[in-house]
Amino acid sequence: MSDMTLRQWLLTDAPTSRRHARLASLYKGWLSLRSNTMAMFGLGILVALLLMAFLAPILAPHDPYAQDLANRLLPLGTEGHVLGTDSLGRDILSRLIHGSRITLYIVTLVALIAPLAGLLVGTIAGYTGGWADVVLMRITDIFLAFPRLVLALAFVAALGAGIENAVLAISLTAWPPYARIARAETLTIRSSDYISAVRLQGANPIRIITKHIWPLCISSLIVRVTLDMAGIILAAAGLGFLGLGAQPPSPEWGAMISEGRRFILDHWWVATMPGLAIFTVSLAFNLLGDGLRDVLDPKDGGQ
Amino acid sequence: MTLLDVQDLWVKFPTRQGIFEAVRGVSFTLGKERLGIVGESGSGKSMTGRAILRLIRPPGIVEADHVALEGTDLLGLSEKQMRKVRGERISMVMQDPKFSLNPVMRVGDQIMEAYLLHNQVGKAEARAKSLEMLQAVSIRDPERVMRAYPHEMSGGMGQRIMIAMMLIPNPQILIADEPTSALDVSVQRQVLNIMDDLVKQRGMGLIFISHDLNLVSEFCDRVLIMYAGRIVETCAADRLHEAQHPYTRGLLNSLPRLDQPRRKLDVLTRDPAWAEVPSVGGKA
Amino acid sequence: MALTEDKGERHPRAPLAPWLRGTLVTLGSISVTMLGLLLVTFVIGRVMPIDPVLAIVGERASQSTYDAVYEQLGLDKPIIVQFLYYLGDVVRGDFGMSLLNARPVSEDIARVFPATLELATLGTLIGVFLGVPLGVIAAVRRGSWIDQIARVVALVGYSMPIFWLGLMGLLIFYGILGWVGGPGRLDIFYQDIVPSRTGMILLDSAIAGEWGVFRNAFSHIVLPASLLGYYSLAYISRMTRSFMLEQMSAEYVTTARVKGMSERAVIWGHAFKNIRVQLITVIALSYANLLEGSVLTEIIFSWPGIGSYITTALLSADMNAVLGGTVVIGLIFICLNIFSDLLYKVFDPRSK
Repeated sequence: MSDMTLRQWLLTDAPTSRRHARLASLYKGWLSLRSNTMAMFGLGILVALLLMAFLAPILAPHDPYAQDLANRLLPLGTEGHVLGTDSLGRDILSRLIHGSRITLYIVTLVALIAPLAGLLVGTIAGYTGGWADVVLMRITDIFLAFPRLVLALAFVAALGAGIENAVLAISLTAWPPYARIARAETLTIRSSDYISAVRLQGANPIRIITKHIWPLCISSLIVRVTLDMAGIILAAAGLGFLGLGAQPPSPEWGAMISEGRRFILDHWWVATMPGLAIFTVSLAFNLLGDGLRDVLDPKDGGQ
Repeated sequence: MTLLDVQDLWVKFPTRQGIFEAVRGVSFTLGKERLGIVGESGSGKSMTGRAILRLIRPPGIVEADHVALEGTDLLGLSEKQMRKVRGERISMVMQDPKFSLNPVMRVGDQIMEAYLLHNQVGKAEARAKSLEMLQAVSIRDPERVMRAYPHEMSGGMGQRIMIAMMLIPNPQILIADEPTSALDVSVQRQVLNIMDDLVKQRGMGLIFISHDLNLVSEFCDRVLIMYAGRIVETCAADRLHEAQHPYTRGLLNSLPRLDQPRRKLDVLTRDPAWAEVPSVGGKA
Repeated sequence: MALTEDKGERHPRAPLAPWLRGTLVTLGSISVTMLGLLLVTFVIGRVMPIDPVLAIVGERASQSTYDAVYEQLGLDKPIIVQFLYYLGDVVRGDFGMSLLNARPVSEDIARVFPATLELATLGTLIGVFLGVPLGVIAAVRRGSWIDQIARVVALVGYSMPIFWLGLMGLLIFYGILGWVGGPGRLDIFYQDIVPSRTGMILLDSAIAGEWGVFRNAFSHIVLPASLLGYYSLAYISRMTRSFMLEQMSAEYVTTARVKGMSERAVIWGHAFKNIRVQLITVIALSYANLLEGSVLTEIIFSWPGIGSYITTALLSADMNAVLGGTVVIGLIFICLNIFSDLLYKVFDPRSK
């Protein structure tokens, strides 16, 4: 390996170990993703969002909670307040920057909870089959039959408003499609010869599911999660807008639109700026998701 | 008499790795005869058939000195003029009736449509004509078949329907692209005989594209052997066993023969040099 | 879609006729789904931290009043019995009383629902009539500028918060340009002129021949309906495109070309016929999504539909109203599913 560059090592046709093969295929995937300009654009925005959230206290010019009633509803481009101020004189830019933390927090939690729950339900249903399958899939169908936003609304109503409950409500409405995907994958994997081989070696079901089935479900789940991220952000913003998500004075973007709504005709920027932020981030997720789908799941690719 | 004259036909597809040439400078003529084109998959034989009908969709590129149908260069025709050629003068039967018939339309509607496109007649006449045509392809209960959907038909039936549909506008040339590969061995011959009879009766030209040397030598007058987008050899069908080209010999030797049993069949070896030799002329 | 799952299963012992078995399986799966839906709403109602008795009798009621109401609501019974009571009520169309205005929730829903229906129907019509041709053209001219536009339109539709786009629409078309009517269904001047028959003002005013009212109602509905239509268009055009791409590469399309058909006839006469079935499912799904998606839109446009109703009820902790509305929308979801399933059987000869 010494006289080989890292690039050559990664692009080899004959991998020397399992890890080598895995790294090589990851690298090839990355190369084909990199050639997709739109997906890279999306990734760029998301990296910027991550940095922004991480460095929020440094980047934000003002305290996002600091009220200044003398300087309320300042327009765009005002000295010291580039994006203006809201009805309580808080700096909109600083609130947007701090709001990215809330958005990431919600998205990350939902993107962990929902696919994991779906993976669990789907693989168990697919692997065990029989009654467990029928019952689990029927439950999945019931949740799919529910209108998502209304169900989330009802859950938040029951649990009480707040970020954690919003996360829970969105996850509860988001898991069924993952369960469907995981089950479909499990069914195909289960009947393959190498699973029979593993079973003959005496592996128990838990080991087969966790070591052999889960890793193979991951890639289609990742694609689906990335494509769903935009939906999650929009749902969270919708709940925030209705006053059921993050509570004031927290700078959640949806709640900021809701605040700005009252002044929409005279002070349009108060509601417009957070809307643009939501749009940008969900667009970035959609672009990246499209690109990832083409790399990981070429058969579904629209291109 | 020459019906079709193809001179220096190329079919190209731009891909990420550069231009892929599926057919590379093929020339042949077709009279009122049965011409077989044989080759393995990827040899360009299907593309040749489709290029004649100008069915290669962009980004695919078709280039030729000429593809002349009774003296008219098809490549110079407008799309509208080309539609008068398709079906009415040159027709094509494809591999699998399961896919080549529209699954949500009744068989009768699909056949009548082919007739109505080229004849200014009423529905009743088109219907009568279709029933007649179905009888001609030995379908016993044409009334019932007219009302049926393709998925209710067996493969052999489907392919006979396909032949009826393609011959109903009375074309001069029929291109049969692997017409029996998807069928049960037991009905292959039956379908071929029906097609053969109709072609002979009507004095048509037939281009029979297949990978099956035995079938081709039996049902054709003349055979072109294609390899890597080029014609490597041409010969009369009844002289196929005298073929000279190593590729043809290889193909012949890899087939089991009842009259010459062997313990082990030859495996086809391919010489990259074959692909570089210019195309042999396929003119009669 | 959920309902087609069981068709493939075979039970060799079942001696029933296939169609009868099919019907029974479908009916069974529908009732299980509906039961599940009601169970979920029931559970939500139970975990609600608000004491339903207290909400009725108020803080200062005596213990005996409290107990009486507690018993009256059946809260002293076992939880299973309570669920059965709840089932019985729902079957009779009784969702309880609204705590806010002390009227039956079912009456409230019947009153507000036509407004939502009118909005969602108009939105779906816009989505179908623009989205389907756009998707077909994008598929046929894959990679062309029109395909790129269709892609951007869909991408923006998937990424834009609907309530924000609604606000921007109000700001521009109502606030700045003054082209459309503002929030609400009618200007005050036009209210209560037309008697309510269907509850859908466009229909009612057309029946009554009150074209002034019709025009005013139209100027109010056009913006929210276009907004919903845009979202439906984004979804429908994307799905149409991918269905069409699949069909255009099918061999029967080549057959149609070989016959000498024009490209237009090949597309609409052959390929499109094969996507009708899938398209129906997509349109039904999109319609169902608009019925629910109108929640946020209705709030922005002060549209007195079921979405506004549920949200208002939610903010004032009127749980009966919330659950009633949820159940109704859930039932519509299931019905649309069944409906598209039925159409599937009518249009696809292979499913018989």
